[in-house]
Amino acid sequence: MSIFSRNDELVCQEVVELVTDYLEGTLSRSQRRRLEAHLAACEHCSEYLKQMRTTIRLTGRLQAEDLTPAMRDEFTAIYRRWRSEED
Amino acid sequence: MRVGLISAIAGSRRGERDRAGTIDEDEELVTRLRAGDEQAFVQLVSRHHAAMLRLASSFVSSPAVAEEVVQDTWLGVLRGIDGFAGRASFRTWLLRILVNRARSTGVREHRSVAIGDAGPVVDRSRFDASGAWMSPPQHWIEDSENRMQAQALAGQIQKTLSELPARQREVVVLRDVDGLTSHEVCEVLEISDANQRVLLHRGRSHLRQALEAEMNRA
Repeated sequence: MSIFSRNDELVCQEVVELVTDYLEGTLSRSQRRRLEAHLAACEHCSEYLKQMRTTIRLTGRLQAEDLTPAMRDEFTAIYRRWRSEED
Repeated sequence: MRVGLISAIAGSRRGERDRAGTIDEDEELVTRLRAGDEQAFVQLVSRHHAAMLRLASSFVSSPAVAEEVVQDTWLGVLRGIDGFAGRASFRTWLLRILVNRARSTGVREHRSVAIGDAGPVVDRSRFDASGAWMSPPQHWIEDSENRMQAQALAGQIQKTLSELPARQREVVVLRDVDGLTSHEVCEVLEISDANQRVLLHRGRSHLRQALEAEMNRA
């Protein structure tokens, strides 16, 4: 599928492939205008874009586990070993 | 991938934390580490351990080996900290060391295919011949804030992440879980900006698809 090979309006199938470039701000001005023109007229693609934003937000909520006390001790030991090698 | 490394805590806002603050704190800890402060080292480890383990797990086959790669990386940090020029952020430098170590460990061939999969991110069957939606996205955003639902969705995200091609997973996790900038991700994984965007696009699109499917089940 060649995107932007034509000058006519974007179709939904093209829009879903451009969403990330749009969110990343890497579309050219004219590309962005065409995309926004489509979004303004298409509730489904607007919903799709909102869902991508929500997906990013929900993914960002995954939280890493903290270091356990045992791991703390382990890394303290690594540090001390390194220090003793240095000296 | 060991997605158990990520414990989903609904309602937490790690992804929205103050990034500038993070970098400043790293700088301060690095200064203390250079002065020989053991506690600063442990704090640095603590701040970056989970992200490192997640990333290492993408390259090597077992959790034990991933742990080894992380430890090895920290030894590299201790040895190299005096030479760290601070041109990149500490985190970028750290994760680059990790990626290099993980690759050279070579326990599992890191898939060299840059994209991982091809084809459209939304199935063709959902569009009509003109390319317009035939089976449009169902509304689910409002329901995703429901507490029970949020937990199911977090589980779904973890599962989908673990099933993504490694390169997509690395980019999505670094960007959307660990909060790196696109520039940092390119530096860490040594990929082009365009490649980074394609991988991010495919990964995020898979995740959206999975969330939609999960919400339709509910």
